[in-house]
Amino acid sequence: MTALAGAKDTEMVEKHKSASPDRVIDIEKLSLTFETNDGPVHALSDIDLKIEQGDFVSFIGPSGCGKTTLLRVIADLEKPTAGSITVNGVSPEEARLNRAYGYVFQAAALYSWRTIAGNVALPLEIMGLSRSERQQRVARNLELVNLSGFEKKYPWQLSGGMQQRASIARALAVEPDLLLMDEPFGALDEIVRDHLNEQLLQLWAKTSKTVAFVTHSIPEAVFLSTKIVVLCPRPGRIYDVIESDLPRDRTLDIRESPEFLKIAHRVREGLKAGHSYED
Amino acid sequence: MSTRSLSKSRLDIPALLAWLIVALVIVGLFSPIFRPDFGVMDVPRLSLCLVILAIAAVRYELGFMRNRFGDLMLGFVTAFAAWLLIGTVSNHPGDAALGFWALTAAAWASAWLFVERLASWKNSSKSAARLINLAIPALFGITLLALWQIVVTGAGVPKVLLPAPSEIWLRLIGSVPTLWADFRQTFLKAVLAGYAIGCGSAFLTAVLVDRVPFLRRGLLPIGNLVSALPIIGVAPIMVMWFGFDWPSKAAVVIIMTFFPMLVNTVAGLSASDTMQRDLMRTYASGYWHTLVKLRLPMAMPFIFNALKINSTLALIGAIVAEFFGTPTVGMGFRISTEVGRMNVDMVWAEIAVAAVAGSLFYGLIALLERAVTFWHPSVRGR
Ligand SMILES: Nc1ncnc2c1ncn2[C@@H]1O[C@H](COP(=O)(O)OP(=O)(O)O)[C@@H](O)[C@H]1O
Ligand SMILES: [Mg+2]
Repeated sequence: MTALAGAKDTEMVEKHKSASPDRVIDIEKLSLTFETNDGPVHALSDIDLKIEQGDFVSFIGPSGCGKTTLLRVIADLEKPTAGSITVNGVSPEEARLNRAYGYVFQAAALYSWRTIAGNVALPLEIMGLSRSERQQRVARNLELVNLSGFEKKYPWQLSGGMQQRASIARALAVEPDLLLMDEPFGALDEIVRDHLNEQLLQLWAKTSKTVAFVTHSIPEAVFLSTKIVVLCPRPGRIYDVIESDLPRDRTLDIRESPEFLKIAHRVREGLKAGHSYED
Repeated sequence: MSTRSLSKSRLDIPALLAWLIVALVIVGLFSPIFRPDFGVMDVPRLSLCLVILAIAAVRYELGFMRNRFGDLMLGFVTAFAAWLLIGTVSNHPGDAALGFWALTAAAWASAWLFVERLASWKNSSKSAARLINLAIPALFGITLLALWQIVVTGAGVPKVLLPAPSEIWLRLIGSVPTLWADFRQTFLKAVLAGYAIGCGSAFLTAVLVDRVPFLRRGLLPIGNLVSALPIIGVAPIMVMWFGFDWPSKAAVVIIMTFFPMLVNTVAGLSASDTMQRDLMRTYASGYWHTLVKLRLPMAMPFIFNALKINSTLALIGAIVAEFFGTPTVGMGFRISTEVGRMNVDMVWAEIAVAAVAGSLFYGLIALLERAVTFWHPSVRGR
């Protein structure tokens, strides 16, 4: 065997290692700079992040630190200016075309000419699912977000919180292995939020989905996540990554336990430190 | 206290109208209504009716029958008075004097008062409110027609300048076969065919222009140019190309309707916002799915805007185009020849047909618009 072939072999092995079968998202040295009229905005700078199959990863940080942008890069709605990213081992574009993820936007973005059921069925129509399959999935996911009985309403007849829940049902109906959620519960009141947190956690535990979740709320991040990524602004970058050792099946009372409070404390410290950076 | 001073500071139009009516009726009763010396007492029915009218008008101020029955009575008396005025003046065309004009003004003011009262009928049921909303413009139109009839007859306006509505109506029902033939030629053939082809082809072109960017740069300016062509120049050329019959008029209509539809549809197709498009992108939606499920629904308000504008343009275009050569039938042909013969009532009959047809056409499209864009903020509130 020649030296050249040997070098090729080790390269192959290394490549295989980095693209392990469980790796859902692999981000290396990723940066994104928006060119605006007021000069460049460094939305993301030098991000390194690995997300494994079954992880629940929360992104937390002050607004403007690039959380949405990072999620959009993963979803192939934004192209990075430097660095590399793979989703399910392929480029984000390919992953998007494979319908690898479901995306919940910060606003509900429902189509006002479709009923709630019609909105949830929209992605299913595009995927070409049969009518009966669509109906089943719509009913199941509307039930999950407590919107049964509102199928025939139009979005503008519902409150903002209900609209947001419908948009979550719409993303879940796709039944993706990867869920990208941008502050999905930000507009909801505490009770509904707790309920949906529990539902989401149950769904995640049951289906071994991978979730990337943007939030403003420290308790929410700690309660849901296996991994919490603290970001800080200007330029947007990762300040701290906290692996949570809380058990996978949690109930809401875990929020009073010392382990929970310890993690929450560390997140808070990270947010504070990230903030003081800019002063 | 505060509401009282508020209503005092504002002009109390109904009260003002009521006293104005009383004053006008008194003037009418005591001055000649027709030349040379014809008082209202010579027509007992009319004088009685107008006295009742005055009483019905001021009853609010005098404090009796302040209810809807009284309001309705005012309406009936007003209608009867107008009918009597029209009947009386037709026996004395051109002879109207001060008293007659005062009584006419009184009837007109009381029609106004009646509409004011109708509009203030509060806490009625939803269907009644809708009925009132329909009745008010209808009453407005009827009042206008009645005034037109009375003024033209009473002042003896020459028929060539302005015929009375009754003359137009007589001419209209007397020439139904002619009017129908003209309507079929101009509206059912030229307008509808031109409208359908013009709007349809512009819609397809817009989708194409939207898909192929270089067409947008090339075709839109040309479309702009075509739409700026004066119809007076285009119509004779179309007659030379497509002959005297209706296809040349349809061609003019196509030229007139094409560009508004093209521009509006192109604008409508880019009306969706970023998040709506991003959503489709996350579903890996193809061009056609995005077009049918997002962009066309978003474009509908724009498209209907063009359809409404074009419904009026098409009728104007077809009628004017007929001035430049046509077989001996058609609304435009009839208007131009009858003007030449001083048969102005026939011209007005054609105008009436065109107005009714145009309004119905427009109304039909507006109804369709409400059904299709029910979700749009500008519609769903109503
Ligand atoms: N399309 C864009 N063009 C220019 N600047 C942008 C754009 N999108 C986001 N930004 C900027 O990038 C930074 C990060 O934004 P974002 O990811 O929305 O923050 P977050 O979601 O954490 O609040 C902000 O400073 C924002 O102004
Ligand atoms: Mg954001």
